[in-house]
Amino acid sequence: MKKLFKRMEKVTSKDIVNHSTMGSAEKVRITGAEAILKCLIAESVDTIFGYPGGAIMPVYDALFHYTDRINHILPRHEQGAIHAAEGFSRVTRKTGVAMATSGPGAMNLMTGLADAMLDSTPLVCITGQVASTLLGSDAFQETDVINCTMPVTKWNYQITHASEIPGIFAKAFFIANSGRPGPVVIDVTKDAQNEIFEFEYTKCTQIRSYHPLPKINFEDVKAAAKMINESKKPMILAGHGIQIADAQKEFKNFVEKSGIPVACTLHGLSSLPDDHPLHVGMLGMHGNYGANIKQNECDVLIAIGMRFDDRVTGNLMKYAKQAKVIHIEIDPSEINKNVKATIPVLGDAKIVLQELLPLIQEKKYEDWLQEFEECKKIEWEKVIERDLSPTKEGKMRMGMVVKEISDQTNGMAIIATDVGQHQMAAARYYTYRSTNQWVSSGGAGTMGYGLPAAFGAQYAQPDKTVVAFIGDGGFQMTIQELGMINQWNMPVKIVILDNNFLGMVRQWQQLFYDKRYSSVALQNPDFLKIAEGFGIKGKKIDKVESLKDAVREMLDYPGPYLLHVTVETEDNVFPMVPSGAGVGEIVLEPNQNK
Amino acid sequence: MEKKEYTLSVFSENQTGMVSRVVSIFTRRHINIESLNTSKSSLPGIHRFTIVVLTTEEMVKKLVAQLDKQVDILKAFYYEKHEIIYQEIALYKIPSSIFKESLKVEKFVREYNVRILEIDPEFIVFEKTGTAIETEALLEEFKKYGIFEFVRSGRVAITRPMESLKNYMKRMELSDKF
Repeated sequence: MKKLFKRMEKVTSKDIVNHSTMGSAEKVRITGAEAILKCLIAESVDTIFGYPGGAIMPVYDALFHYTDRINHILPRHEQGAIHAAEGFSRVTRKTGVAMATSGPGAMNLMTGLADAMLDSTPLVCITGQVASTLLGSDAFQETDVINCTMPVTKWNYQITHASEIPGIFAKAFFIANSGRPGPVVIDVTKDAQNEIFEFEYTKCTQIRSYHPLPKINFEDVKAAAKMINESKKPMILAGHGIQIADAQKEFKNFVEKSGIPVACTLHGLSSLPDDHPLHVGMLGMHGNYGANIKQNECDVLIAIGMRFDDRVTGNLMKYAKQAKVIHIEIDPSEINKNVKATIPVLGDAKIVLQELLPLIQEKKYEDWLQEFEECKKIEWEKVIERDLSPTKEGKMRMGMVVKEISDQTNGMAIIATDVGQHQMAAARYYTYRSTNQWVSSGGAGTMGYGLPAAFGAQYAQPDKTVVAFIGDGGFQMTIQELGMINQWNMPVKIVILDNNFLGMVRQWQQLFYDKRYSSVALQNPDFLKIAEGFGIKGKKIDKVESLKDAVREMLDYPGPYLLHVTVETEDNVFPMVPSGAGVGEIVLEPNQNK
Repeated sequence: MEKKEYTLSVFSENQTGMVSRVVSIFTRRHINIESLNTSKSSLPGIHRFTIVVLTTEEMVKKLVAQLDKQVDILKAFYYEKHEIIYQEIALYKIPSSIFKESLKVEKFVREYNVRILEIDPEFIVFEKTGTAIETEALLEEFKKYGIFEFVRSGRVAITRPMESLKNYMKRMELSDKF
């Protein structure tokens, strides 16, 4: 027991680095605006993704004198700023900072806030607000930011006095990146930005109403270990929580000792290398065949840092009814929310896995793994082989483009995606062999996420290759961020998988709405010319023969590059768990169940 | 699953916007709040919400977990009727004339054990404290003879289990020390 708490202390103190050294810095008389920057520096923030405007001008004025300590990145739309901050956060697990002015500026952050909320991404977003004397008067560019952002933030607060700034910023950073991370909004009135006060910063390490790290119940851990040891057909569901907790090593140890097959969620991608012998694929509506159906055949499900999203479970009434469920999770409100846990283990994945490891037996499940192998064979024959080959007419398919890039980057690139068919292709056909590689919008499914998020990821990891897979639809939602990419000369490799359709919607219309293609055909611009206009080099290919060389050329190019790939127009993503069906009813090809 | 009446006690920091934050948890799940009351609690600086909802136990557990998750909420609890002692207060503004017209009114007013708050030549204001069923029954009686105004407070409830929040806070304080 004592040992357990010692380890917990280790993690908690790591979460709150340097707070003792921050202590009581010297008091200085400065404006609220300058104080905001000093708060950011105290929290080791060196980059703001932001867009100026009337109500946030005092901060921008203060920033003028801080350019040696803080980089400011100007997107072409506030949505670009917040998605870039998300991308930055996803590959570093640090808190991303976005800033915008009041009214429309703040409202343009909304989509990103909702996205970060659903995907547990730590952000601190600063919004300017009209002067406190004008609050509620329908002043110019006034929007009730607190009420608007309440349901899409982990926490929010409106500052009306400069003296609140240090305390609230300290709290915001603590809240955003502890426990289950999430976005925080701080709305600062213009008069509070201008007010001069005595600034002093102390990091926040404790809030009486907020206990982000649940105390681990050792009895639960023991019970879980017993259940694991006695299981005949266990299966691990690996979620985002593993990478958020920085527990990839602990997870690998646990998997290898227990010998249990691992299926990962969409955001669980890159928590265990895809080519690991115990990795049996991805869960979800377009996940792998075996990973899906075996959930309804296993005897114990060990869910780690995942939340049984409806895209994973399909119809809950038909989901894993035979299985006992061990749910390892940091957020107590996720326990029994969707799937009832036989043994809930509350806690940080890293600590729980450390505790669990010595209690589990070394085992191998050869027959059980063989069943997954057989599923792989079936999926290969029915789906994968086709996805990796050109059409009869010689057109490319998304899967083969992703596979080629996977091979040429050795599975080590950071992959950013937009939302839709190409996203599923990128999830399924890239072989993830590193960690924190997957930058995508899962919970919210935000089209337009890919391009700015790829920028943020590349900015945070300048030495890594970042490839952004984007559809022709989503690309046009935040296409203006090519400007941000070019301005900072971020060598993002943008791959447009162009099927001339809003492909995923078209797929649903084909399968479930009798092919009534309602508003899904696109008349696309010349993407290369647009890229050229933004000063970005590119190439268009439509023949499979040119794929290999084009990818090579793109990867070798030192700056940003756009590869426009024309792919088969009416291709579908399979396998698929149709909406409302159970995971056992996954279909491998169209009309299979008709 | 059967729907039942549950009373939630939610303890929060006393901060602007807390009502919105609490209510939004119910709004998002499309759950109607039967009654809501906020006031200070016995602990300094801590606000107390008493919320009544008609729902299933499974749902009320999820609501409580999601309330608990809010950063500024210290703790949320839910109770069934037998675990709490609860009251509501109702005010009735009644035309004075109806007392002249019927002796029956005076009779039921006495039976209902109401307090008189104000007597005016035109109206009398009564106060009745009790459960919603009791205050509702009195309202129905008055309606037969005429009523100017009626208003009822949200439920306030004290729990039978002893001081759960205080114990909880002590536990959390201890766990933070590790």
